[in-house]
Amino acid sequence: MSDFESSKSGISWLFLMAWRDLRSNAGKLFLFMSSIIIGIAALVAIQSFGNNLTESIDLQSRALMGADYVIDSNQPANEEVIRIMDSLGGPDSREINFASMVVFPKSGNSKLVQVVGTEKGFPFYGEFETEPADASSSYLDRGAALVDATVMLQQDLKPGDSLKVGNITLPIAGALKAVPGRSALSSSVAPAVFIPYEQITQTGLVQRGSRVEYKYYFVADQGQDLEALYEAIDPRLDAEGADLDTHLDESRRLGRRYNNFGKFLNIVAFIALLLGCVGIGSAVHVYIRGKLRSIAVLKCMGASRSQTFKIFLIQVAGLGAVGGIIGTLAGISLQMAAPALLEEYLPVKVSVSISYPAIILGLLLGVLMSVFFALLPLLRTWYVSPLSVLRVQPENDAHTGKAQAVVLGLIFLFLVLLALQILGNWQYAFFFILGLGVSFALLYGVARILMWAVKRYFPEKLGFCVRQSMLNLFRPQNQTSVLLLSVGVGAFLISTLFFSRDILLSKVALGNDENSPNIILLDVQTDQVEAIKKTLRENQVPVLSNVPIVTMRVEEINGRAVNEIRNDTTSNIGRWVLNHEFRVTYRDSLIPSESVLSGAWVGNAEDKELVPISVAENFASDARVEVGDRVTFNVQGVMIATEIASIREVDWGRVQLNFSVLFPNGVLEDAPKFHVVSTRTVGDQSSAVLQRQLVSLYPNVSIIDLRQILSLLEGILNKIGLVIRFMALLSILTGIVVLVGAVRTSKYQRIRESVLLRTLGAKNAQLLRISFYEYAFLGILGSLTGILLSLVGSFFLARFVFEEPFVPSTEPFLILLPILTLIVVCIGLLNSRSVLNTPPLEILRSESR
Amino acid sequence: MEVSKILNVSQLRKTYNSGSGSLTVLDDISFSLEAGETFAIVGPSGSGKTTLLGLCAGLDRPDSGHIELCGVEIDTLDEDERALLRNRKVGFIFQDFQLLPTLTALENVAVPLELQGAKNASIQAKTLLNKVGLGERIHHYPSQLSGGEQQRVALARAFSNTPEILFADEPTGELDEETGQRIIELLFDLNKEAGTTLVIITHDMDLARKTQRILRLKGGKILMDEKVMV
Ligand SMILES: Nc1ncnc2c1ncn2[C@@H]1O[C@H](COP(=O)(O)OP(=O)(O)OP(=O)(O)O)[C@@H](O)[C@H]1O
Ligand SMILES: [Mg+2]
Repeated sequence: MSDFESSKSGISWLFLMAWRDLRSNAGKLFLFMSSIIIGIAALVAIQSFGNNLTESIDLQSRALMGADYVIDSNQPANEEVIRIMDSLGGPDSREINFASMVVFPKSGNSKLVQVVGTEKGFPFYGEFETEPADASSSYLDRGAALVDATVMLQQDLKPGDSLKVGNITLPIAGALKAVPGRSALSSSVAPAVFIPYEQITQTGLVQRGSRVEYKYYFVADQGQDLEALYEAIDPRLDAEGADLDTHLDESRRLGRRYNNFGKFLNIVAFIALLLGCVGIGSAVHVYIRGKLRSIAVLKCMGASRSQTFKIFLIQVAGLGAVGGIIGTLAGISLQMAAPALLEEYLPVKVSVSISYPAIILGLLLGVLMSVFFALLPLLRTWYVSPLSVLRVQPENDAHTGKAQAVVLGLIFLFLVLLALQILGNWQYAFFFILGLGVSFALLYGVARILMWAVKRYFPEKLGFCVRQSMLNLFRPQNQTSVLLLSVGVGAFLISTLFFSRDILLSKVALGNDENSPNIILLDVQTDQVEAIKKTLRENQVPVLSNVPIVTMRVEEINGRAVNEIRNDTTSNIGRWVLNHEFRVTYRDSLIPSESVLSGAWVGNAEDKELVPISVAENFASDARVEVGDRVTFNVQGVMIATEIASIREVDWGRVQLNFSVLFPNGVLEDAPKFHVVSTRTVGDQSSAVLQRQLVSLYPNVSIIDLRQILSLLEGILNKIGLVIRFMALLSILTGIVVLVGAVRTSKYQRIRESVLLRTLGAKNAQLLRISFYEYAFLGILGSLTGILLSLVGSFFLARFVFEEPFVPSTEPFLILLPILTLIVVCIGLLNSRSVLNTPPLEILRSESR
Repeated sequence: MEVSKILNVSQLRKTYNSGSGSLTVLDDISFSLEAGETFAIVGPSGSGKTTLLGLCAGLDRPDSGHIELCGVEIDTLDEDERALLRNRKVGFIFQDFQLLPTLTALENVAVPLELQGAKNASIQAKTLLNKVGLGERIHHYPSQLSGGEQQRVALARAFSNTPEILFADEPTGELDEETGQRIIELLFDLNKEAGTTLVIITHDMDLARKTQRILRLKGGKILMDEKVMV
């Protein structure tokens, strides 16, 4: 045969054929392309829009800190710390703060406050909220003070009144309502007074031995990796008794909510991508199936297997690329348009920027997904004999199976890699795709069982239309598998979104209910507790908690005295642990914001000689102690030996008084203590009245009005909640559009049968009924299976990714199931419509071959 | 086996396995054709005519027996070698035309030539389309042509690679008598001109008698193999 092999048509002919085959039928092409375009457009839009949204929310988390990162220390920066800070470009703003009594000359009252000396520039993100509004920008230049709004209220102060801090007296520029960088709740919180940094020394309050915190605020460079910075710098600072915090910690302090939100956004983007794949997959599948006859004809003409294979592979790759480009462009315009359209409803200001990774992903995905999914049916043609021109041939399964398994493996691998890229965690990626694969296989199994069962137990007795529609389910070239798979996987993904959205929303709602306090009364003496409770009751507000507080300092850690540790330069124990006056409470149980990480919680002290206590994670790591280690506390002169029985994780984001050190019942009851009482008020007016009354009745009590902080926190959480809803909605819409595409693609397959039936005398109503039954059946079965599978999937998602309890909602069953079925039926009937409205001959001529 | 034989079939057997059991479609078929001969296969529906043609052209593999086409033992060839053989030496005409729906008439005719890597494929294709009287319709798609016109395009395509042997499966089956007649005339004219061996499956005994030899199949067996008396 050697003489045959000499001259052969080249690669350019393959391209020519691919192009020729494309050119003529715009209709089919459009259907095919629309699936790719929509899938990719949705992916690109969601990816980049999601990126924009996270950035915007990121900005808010920076606003909580006021900067990108901060270095703080209880001593003035030493040479080493200065060297480190210089290597970071020097601080952008400095701060000194300490607790001190201040005096209000007007009334002669004095009050314990947190004095904060700030420099120009701060806050770099977010802003001071003051009354009057311009006070925040003018107080530094005027050498004036900003005073906590509650204190202003309590002390009946007006802007222009004065305030004495140590040796100096300053005018009050205004009331401070909200401040960046002061969001964390702890038991040591006190009302803040801001004064210019330069005046701090003049107060004469910063002396050796006084507890002062020095803070250095930094603005990061564009794209700087703060995690890496933290890893590199924090240990060096630690050795100098300083500490680095990034705004990431700040958002982490908002709890796992925020963390999960990022995960959710990723999952949404990934699901949009998968939906796109389903769209592309089913479109390509149906498209190539329509080409089988052409392939056989070409083989009869003497085209080799690889030639026919390549012609259509080139074609599909080309279509994928073009679809990818158009889809990407559409996605970008959608992303551009979305904020404008949704401005009113969107919780955050979204800055629009083009996300290049998303674009590249779109293009890559268009080509690769089209090619991979085209390979499955194309491979079958490899082994198909050209005889199928003469009649429909049974497929050669043995070879095909192996080749298809390889391609499926490739698709699996590709998706895992994509998932890894998007989800950023290979375990999630692997299990997510595995779960999807299992669902896919199960759906395929359901389709096979269905076809078998319908064939086996064919309902002979039912009417013509039902029988005809049942026949459609298993006749040769049926669409049962393709439709069940795409509807099923679509329903699976969409309802997974529903379920996980619910998981997150229930979480966001926590800490925001009627039982979370917004007014906290500090320094309540034991003998005042009953009177205060009475006052609260009279004002019709609840006593939400009454927590006893005992102050103490660390005396020894594992037998080493604090002084000894202080002088030991090799010790890496955090200096704040040694200096801090801990406010400690005791109780017999843990509260919802706490969970034991290691050891076991002991609620009642049996052994008064060695008290089993619980410490928070941050205490344990900074004091370098573990469960079983011993710490001696100095409680106003009395030494109490303790053993660390448990280490707790504390969700500082919950609006709760949280404690670094927690004692069991039975030890501190008789120690000198004060109480923290919390309550919740509704409305500014009643809150003001209550506060004024409390101040006049109990002048020693400090009142912390959490409503400002709370509204900031609530704001962020609400925004996150809204974004979750919005993103879920967006990809649910994508899913539905993709499904529409998938069902549409089956159009050309169905037309011929319908035309034949009509030629044989079937009435339009009968044709419609046949389609209706078939699609309704497939729609219900597909979406039900998908939703049931996603129930299982979401359980795993809740359990292992979000680490939250899973309480499934009924929404997918009550809303999604009927809607999806309705959509499938509607599109199915729409498909038949063109048959009804056109003379059969025309369709037979144009579609039959 | 003589060298001048263009098709040599011996002891061909083909069975299909369907759900209920195996069905012997062709059983012990042997015959041979000389180059340039015209040959008709007739027989009742389901007697195995199409199956036989498919086997002869290397579109499928027999269960047993041998086929030698254009001097090549085709059992020994793989799929691609058979495709190449078809491209160089074999032409086809099908009952339902089987034009590529997405290609114009001209492109359809040009495909076999292009597969050979011919430089002037479209000029040759145009000449052929002129010959079958479709010079005006070369840029039309199959769906824009009548059945008879489509079959003429198919005819032009079948001859475009100047085959040594041409297989036609009921070429007039879907056409009215008059159109069918014109197709047959064209077929025989082109055949005479090119000296092609012609194998026609038909139900039409008048057509069969125009050939030099008739093979009668029944139930997968050769009932009769006779020369036509002119
Ligand atoms: N793939 C197959 N599986 C099972 N049986 C088949 C298959 N292909 C063909 N047959 C059977 O083989 C027999 C011969 O078919 P073939 O198409 O060769 O007949 P034919 O003589 O061309 O008939 P007609 O004149 O109607 O075209 C028929 O009974 C057919 O049912
Ligand atoms: Mg036949």
